[in-house]
Amino acid sequence: MNLLNNNMRFDLQIIASWIENGARVLDLGCGEGDLLYFLKQNKQVIGTGIDHDESNVAKSIERGLSVMQGDINKEINDYPDDYFDYAILSQTLQQVYKPADLIQSLLRIGKKGIVSFPNFSHISIRLQLLINGYAPVTEELPYEWYDTPNIRVITIKDFHKFSKDIGFEITKEVAINTYRPNKKRVITFLPNLLATYGIFQISKRK
Amino acid sequence: MSEYIEHDKSGVSVGIVEKKFYKFAYPPKEMMLESGLKFGPITIAYETYGKLNANKDNAILVLHALSGDSHAAGYYSETDLKPGWWDIMIGPGKGIDTEKYFVICSNILGSCMGSSGPSSINPETEKPYGLNFPLVTIGDIVKSQKILLDYLGIEKLLSVVGGSVGGMQVLEWTLAYPDMVLSAIPLATTTRHSALAIAFNEVARQSIMVDPAWNKGDYYFTSKPALGLAVARMIGHITYLSDAAMRSKFGRRLQDKDDFSFNFDIDFQVESYLHYQGKKFVDRFDANSFLYITKAADYFDLEKQHGDGSIVQAFSKSKAKFLIVSFTSDWLYPTYQSKSIVQALKKNGLDVSFCEIEAECGHDAFLLPIERLSSLIKGFLERVYDELVK
Repeated sequence: MNLLNNNMRFDLQIIASWIENGARVLDLGCGEGDLLYFLKQNKQVIGTGIDHDESNVAKSIERGLSVMQGDINKEINDYPDDYFDYAILSQTLQQVYKPADLIQSLLRIGKKGIVSFPNFSHISIRLQLLINGYAPVTEELPYEWYDTPNIRVITIKDFHKFSKDIGFEITKEVAINTYRPNKKRVITFLPNLLATYGIFQISKRK
Repeated sequence: MSEYIEHDKSGVSVGIVEKKFYKFAYPPKEMMLESGLKFGPITIAYETYGKLNANKDNAILVLHALSGDSHAAGYYSETDLKPGWWDIMIGPGKGIDTEKYFVICSNILGSCMGSSGPSSINPETEKPYGLNFPLVTIGDIVKSQKILLDYLGIEKLLSVVGGSVGGMQVLEWTLAYPDMVLSAIPLATTTRHSALAIAFNEVARQSIMVDPAWNKGDYYFTSKPALGLAVARMIGHITYLSDAAMRSKFGRRLQDKDDFSFNFDIDFQVESYLHYQGKKFVDRFDANSFLYITKAADYFDLEKQHGDGSIVQAFSKSKAKFLIVSFTSDWLYPTYQSKSIVQALKKNGLDVSFCEIEAECGHDAFLLPIERLSSLIKGFLERVYDELVK
């Protein structure tokens, strides 16, 4: 795998490595635009981002990105079919109220979709629940149950089942153990148990 | 728009600037107006800041709102106390950086700040036009700006920037001259007035027209309709603020007294403020110009004029990259109006950035020193300059 940048979040490095030069890319929930900025600098993509937070949006625009403020669930509806080469939903699926609708919209406007999320069946989460009996709090999901934005618990296995239920193809997948650039490691052995993140490239079922 | 003319806290300025005039459309080559009438000669007052580069690709047109003028930045003399109306935004190192860009700002057609308007002298009668001045539209205003730019030898605009009625001109520019406009920054604006906005304008116009001194617009040799114009401005100022802004600025505080006066004098601070703004406006603005420009703003309907009623179709003509900014407390041109522009641009596959800035100061926020607005404009302009020019 061609990993391009050592300072960016590891999951974003993997996503970046999947995207061709000059592609048209939409980043849903783009934050301060780290991925888009990297893709623009290194892969000359035509990038667009959407984020609901004013400060994130402002920082993205200030650094020269094309980003708009809004609710991804609504903003996604205004684009023509297959408008983007890639529509990316990174670390956001677990916060979405209607994930199936959003994934379907994502695959309508994007020729390909890229989705990543924290894996809720990682061994540390399983053990916390088994041994302590509290709702798990981890580095990847660092919130108490009462203040978490993460309203969906998703596992890597769940996502495979989800693809069959909803009807889309998983065309690539990588599981990793951390997003920290200095400790990056791809997990190939028992990913549903040992990976903290799953990253999937998806497309419409042919 | 209000007057928030104040010295830039940083002390940085474009320095001494000069108001210039360009006269054109002499008969029989008058300018064709949207109404079908021909009008000329036309004078447009304008100012420029910074330097046009050799490639002529660094020009930015700044468009003022209802009561603004060509004096967007700098000072007229060493002893001038007030800088231009957007001095906080335009200057060396500022949001619109005059070290990099060549900035042009002209007074709109129909105004009274140096460009032709109802208070200008009609060469045929050698008296002010009054109501014989033709009704002009946002389209006409933009057309006259285009003629000025042709005269200045500017074929491409890196950006067109403006708020409120200035934002309407920005939108009109992107559709009337799509090949000329590389990017556009419409701030706190709309593609067409809501009934609410028209209603406020009509009440303001009526307050002028019921003033006996208005005399059907013929008052230039008698006393002007000062009371009517002052009330019109007071109404305007209510729409430029917001509930929150008024609450924090005035609340129910009394003006120079501890208790009610139990008569109809000024009791509350908010009353005093509106009276002051009204009076101040009368000294510098022409009542007929107020009527003409508010009417132009009410007539503006980009959907109808450019898209057969469809905003999506209207923007299909545009080729510009957009930065759209709205403000949370703007109730004159609320965010939903900016969002409908964003939506139409997206449907046309155009490059659009949009930010809704949290601000409690209402519609006038775009004129106030808001760090975020400056840095958004700066970042966006740098990007379009890099992408489109280099």
